[in-house]
Amino acid sequence: MIQNEMSRRRLLGLGLGLGAAATLTLAGCGGGSSSDKSTAAGNGGKDYTGPKVDLKLWNGFTGGDGDIFKKLVEQFNSEHQNIAVSVITYEWQDYYSKLPGAVTSGNGPDIAVMHMDQLATFAARGVINELDDVAKALELSEGDFAPTVWKGGLYHDKRYGIPLDMHPLGLYYNKGVMQKAGLDPNKPPTTKDEYTAALTELKKSGIQGFWVSPFQFTGGMTFYSLLHQWGGTLFDAEVAKATFNSDPAVEACTWLVDMIKQGFSPANVGQDADYLALKSGKNAFNWNGIWQINDLKKSPSVQWGVAPLPQIGSQKAAWANSHNFTIVKQRAANENKVSGSKVFINWLSQHSLDWAKGGQIPARKAVREGAEFKALPEISALAPELEYAAFPPAAPGLGEVMTTFYNSFNEAALGKKSPKQALDDGVTKANKQLEDNRKKYGS
Amino acid sequence: MADVIEVGAARDDAPPPAGHPRRRGVTERGHRATPYLFLAPYLVLFLVFGLAPILFGVWISLHQWDLQLPNRPFIGLENYRDLFSSDSADYADWWSSVRATAIFTVLSVPLLVVVPLGLALLLNEKFPGRTFFRAAFFAPYVLGVAVIGLLWRFLLDANLGMVNRLLGAVGLPADTPWVTDVPWAWVSLVGVTVWWTCGFNAVIYLAGLQDIPAELYEAARVDGASAWDRFRHVTLPGLRPVLLFVLTTTILASANVFGQSFLITQGAPGEQTRTVVWRIVDEGLRNYDVGQASAMSVLFALMLAVVSIVNFRLFRYRED
Repeated sequence: MIQNEMSRRRLLGLGLGLGAAATLTLAGCGGGSSSDKSTAAGNGGKDYTGPKVDLKLWNGFTGGDGDIFKKLVEQFNSEHQNIAVSVITYEWQDYYSKLPGAVTSGNGPDIAVMHMDQLATFAARGVINELDDVAKALELSEGDFAPTVWKGGLYHDKRYGIPLDMHPLGLYYNKGVMQKAGLDPNKPPTTKDEYTAALTELKKSGIQGFWVSPFQFTGGMTFYSLLHQWGGTLFDAEVAKATFNSDPAVEACTWLVDMIKQGFSPANVGQDADYLALKSGKNAFNWNGIWQINDLKKSPSVQWGVAPLPQIGSQKAAWANSHNFTIVKQRAANENKVSGSKVFINWLSQHSLDWAKGGQIPARKAVREGAEFKALPEISALAPELEYAAFPPAAPGLGEVMTTFYNSFNEAALGKKSPKQALDDGVTKANKQLEDNRKKYGS
Repeated sequence: MADVIEVGAARDDAPPPAGHPRRRGVTERGHRATPYLFLAPYLVLFLVFGLAPILFGVWISLHQWDLQLPNRPFIGLENYRDLFSSDSADYADWWSSVRATAIFTVLSVPLLVVVPLGLALLLNEKFPGRTFFRAAFFAPYVLGVAVIGLLWRFLLDANLGMVNRLLGAVGLPADTPWVTDVPWAWVSLVGVTVWWTCGFNAVIYLAGLQDIPAELYEAARVDGASAWDRFRHVTLPGLRPVLLFVLTTTILASANVFGQSFLITQGAPGEQTRTVVWRIVDEGLRNYDVGQASAMSVLFALMLAVVSIVNFRLFRYRED
């Protein structure tokens, strides 16, 4: 699949989909008052009292929880007489290809939902507006969010995204398969020793318990998590050099590839085969995104559970990403629309508990710590991972560099190269790409 | 120009249609404009959607061109130089995608030319259920690449797929990595493409076969020609223009392969099955480097033009 953050698993999984492109329009009651009170920059989203505005919102939520987003927007529209938000949904893959062209031609949205790792690219390219005033007016600060998520919305010390949710990788386990091998289905492994012990037991029962996919979804993200567990990083602090061939990275990669060599995983696992095998009782463990919870709930015959990733390396870490709200720059600037957009973002951020029901962890701490969120067992089970979640770094043009990273792992996992060789080759190429990006985006 | 006037002049020599006396000047002007008027709708479409974008693309390829970044400096041939100098970030990816595309084209074109021909010869015979078989062989072609891509990815999956299970059931190796390792990935991609598109070429051949006069076959039979002789000396020469068409369009279609490898092998292993069109789409729409993507497109178009010219030359040579 496209080896970056917007690939199919994401399309299928993360979505709050509206099927294709659902457009809701709410006939407001013509609440435009003649006196235009809106100030130049609005008041950062506290309220909006200007003439009625129609706002277009783009998202990539094509999955099963789209109705929740739709309902939230409907509720917002009914509570705000002078703001009407309509939603347009594309698959993430198309979404990021369409957005630049649409914005250039003046047909772009007013509000765009973006992954955290895309913010820097679109900020550097002047597609989205700074949102520091929104954060200030809403008195949002790092303390309201997980620090990693909050900082992810920054580019060159300015805020471009208001985080809505977070979606980490978790350990999915098939309870039936564990039972078959005499393992306690309610005690998923949490450490390296427990993990290998469980895999050994499974192997004795003829089950390859940890299918290692060579593709980004999910093997690449598994390796990403392990690399951080071993204490490595993908890039140096300035994101100027790739470091995913460091000793910890090579060790993490070797451990994962050895799962195949030791027979805990079959070789040549295809795209989605790891997850399908988990569902059909051929695989015991799958490190997969939080978005699979809703998919698994649709299969009542499967006995499954989800837990934070086990700690294999020297520290805990898990791949994660986050959806952010952004405000798109328009060719013809319209202050009323910007103010209205800010009101919407603030409102939805406060209503993100409903979003959690769609399969995401809300970004706001207050929502996350509320009793209602804790009543969502599977999703709240992964909330502890946010302490140590490894979010992708913020640097413009990182998409193709990440592709290089995931392809390096692909070659190692398919046995085309040794882990060291694959990662060395990947780093050489990634460094050239980073160099090109530096020329292109300055900095 | 000269041709057009000639045509007009020739028509002027013809007697005027009865009941339509004509005024000479007007008619002559009308004659001159007529071909252009008939051409106009296509010409406008061609200029707007064909020639203009091509020229614009060439222009873009000479710039560091990004849809949003405000400055788009003219950089001459640097985008092209990047594709030929081994220390650029694009070099390895580009040539690996050219290699992948070449492998696919060389493997798939002969099959896509020969298999449908055999199929068309069979379907041209009279036998019960002929219409059913004609429809059956054409059927896969109506499916979109997304459908056949996902379908075959699951069928060919090394561990869960039906193909390996069936092979295992008859005692053959059941662990062939059809979509994650070469050369198997090429076998899969070519095989799926032949299955998917051979019906289309077969239909074109079938139309060509039905244009060959039955008398020629009768005459050959009377002269004592065997089935092979009839095929060699009647069918093949009769199909020559159709063959040229099929060969040219198939080469171009195969060189433009994208969806199959995008969905079935996802480029694996590493980037070995990533094709040129995929590379161009990635560069232009995901990295937003439209300048570099245009340079790739122009270079690729030149490569295909050379192949097509050689192709036409070969066929013309045979005619002489």
